[in-house]
Amino acid sequence: MTAPQALVEERILTQGAGTGKYRDLDVHLAEHGPVPSTPGPALVTLVEQSGLTGRGGAGFPTARKLAAVAAGSAPVVVANGAEGEPASSKDRVLLSYAPHLVLDGLQLACRAVGAAQAYVYVHEGPLVAHLENLVRARARRGVDVVVPTVVAAPARFISGQETAVVSAINAGPALPTSAAQPVYVKGVDRRPTLVQNVETLAHLALLARHGASWFRGAGTEREPGTMLCTISGAVASPGVVEVPIGTDIADLLERAGGPSSRLGAVLVGGYHGAWLPAPTAAELAMSVAGLRDAGASPGAGVLVALGADSCGLVETARAVGYLAQESARQCGPCMNGLPAMAHALGELARARPTPGLADRVQALALAVDKRGACHHPDGTVRLVRSALRVFAAEVRSHQGGRCGATDLRPVLPVPAPMAGPR
Amino acid sequence: MVTGSALWYLSRGTGVLSLVLLTLVIVLGALTRGGRSLPGLPRFAVAGLHRNLSLLSVAFLAVHITTAVIDPYVTLRWVDVVVPFGASYQPLWVGLGALSLDLMIAMVVTSLVRRRIGHRAWHAVHALVYLSWPVALVHTFMLGPDVNSGLQRWLAVGCVLASVTALGSRLLSTPAPIAVPDRAPWPSAAAPGAGMNETVHRTTTEVMS
Amino acid sequence: MSQQRQSPGAGRAAGERLAVDWIACDGRGLCAELLPERVGLDEWGYPVLEGQALTADLLPDARRAVAACPKLALRLQPC
Repeated sequence: MTAPQALVEERILTQGAGTGKYRDLDVHLAEHGPVPSTPGPALVTLVEQSGLTGRGGAGFPTARKLAAVAAGSAPVVVANGAEGEPASSKDRVLLSYAPHLVLDGLQLACRAVGAAQAYVYVHEGPLVAHLENLVRARARRGVDVVVPTVVAAPARFISGQETAVVSAINAGPALPTSAAQPVYVKGVDRRPTLVQNVETLAHLALLARHGASWFRGAGTEREPGTMLCTISGAVASPGVVEVPIGTDIADLLERAGGPSSRLGAVLVGGYHGAWLPAPTAAELAMSVAGLRDAGASPGAGVLVALGADSCGLVETARAVGYLAQESARQCGPCMNGLPAMAHALGELARARPTPGLADRVQALALAVDKRGACHHPDGTVRLVRSALRVFAAEVRSHQGGRCGATDLRPVLPVPAPMAGPR
Repeated sequence: MVTGSALWYLSRGTGVLSLVLLTLVIVLGALTRGGRSLPGLPRFAVAGLHRNLSLLSVAFLAVHITTAVIDPYVTLRWVDVVVPFGASYQPLWVGLGALSLDLMIAMVVTSLVRRRIGHRAWHAVHALVYLSWPVALVHTFMLGPDVNSGLQRWLAVGCVLASVTALGSRLLSTPAPIAVPDRAPWPSAAAPGAGMNETVHRTTTEVMS
Repeated sequence: MSQQRQSPGAGRAAGERLAVDWIACDGRGLCAELLPERVGLDEWGYPVLEGQALTADLLPDARRAVAACPKLALRLQPC
């Protein structure tokens, strides 16, 4: 099959994706051909040469993960599609339009680590039945050597965290654990487990077919390939786009139709990411290296544009309120500190001229940072600190009892509070 | 050589003492459940007291058992100490003593290897003290001939009252709630961002039709 | 060596430090009582650990604190 080449590099979200039609198995096979038969060790070498890194937000070198899990016995592979970030839709789009790329990647990952057991882990909802049908269809056609089990997770922010994934598949709650050993040593059924974001697996499915140099044909030297980005907020056509890693944020905003109004700030990397002032952000490349000095990172490719007439403090307060609700409530500092931070930020957002509010928020941030079993408090602190930095002028006027924003329509998506057990 | 009746009195005395100490341990444990502390005492001191009293109770229990076995007045084999209901003397009541001891042994052993078995397993076995204690109490009542007279009766009644109160308050209370500051409602409703719904969320349901 | 005036163990890093299992921790506070030099408590009663390695003179109290934790949430680990 000819490798996808285009002026605007699109490999995963190819032409058909734009029509909104899901590519069924026949279309997929016609477009990409069958799963390559590259043997396991050669696959690991290929991934290493390609420089593929995880697309779930952490950006860990995939080859290192594969090697670590392959070193264990009777490993397990999990395709993680539990996209808890409200401002991210790339995994949902990928699993809707091109699920067979993900499922191909899952097969290849199994072969690479020598796994005979695999799972596809997604939030409960219509995707579950859809994927189960696909898995059955592939099994009937003999496409899959390892037939995966589809596991439904509660649609919470924390469900996609690596140890939470393993806990849920082990019939426990979808909450992080403070296990003594990392999941690549002891995970599902106490076996070495590879947890890989679904987009990473889709890239694997393509690079196994077209090779490492093809994969490196886009992106940067240290972060090769393309990435899926979800762009929303004050842009003309919000949605999911595929771009080479290292694309300027200004170009990314253009791909989403361009800003719909003058921008004040951009949220980069999602709710565990950081705010950047709009002029600064526009010139930065959407890559780990490009954003590092600005104190941000691409995360799972999330960008939310904030108009200059909106209030960054109100938006941050809404997001932190959500993040506080989404605490697993297993660790004291997080389950106490996040709601306290949310409350203080809320008061600040409402421009209550209570003295010391911003200091209180900073003190709470310091109190919860890195004091939990997972990085939920750390990510929240990062968001909060960036907000107080980027919206420092708003903090001053709010402490004086005034908010200068004229547009108070909500920008950041905050799901309605969920009731019931996790 | 120690006379039979001296051993008999020693055995009964240390048995009652062991039970009183165990009662104190349970009351202390119930009063400080869920992390509550005793006024004026640091928590590590209360924990130390709890542990030392229980070890003292076990020490007296060991003397109680040893003197009972070597006492020529009653025929008790060493095996009857741990295997209940097989003794020739008062098999049922002595058997309850052996049962209570078995549970105590389980608690002591699991406490020694607490780090290896983890908190959940340790706690589950530790809860057996609520079985071990009433069993020991019945053993004491039924085998002590002067339990109806004066001091010993009041002692026994005191033990029962203290333990029932402690156990009752433990069963009826809820754990100390963790203070979570209230979350104030937001100025605008928590609605998803405008624009997100159109392009992006039109995924699975539309796409799969 | 004989010039040393402080006690033999003070100042020498022991190569170990304390770590908290945040899920097991219940904020009981026995660790802070037993090792106040290195363990403080936040406003909700949870331990705040000084990050640096334990010195040899603090090690016995550190071990006592680890043993005393009612939830087995404190451990010693190599730096």
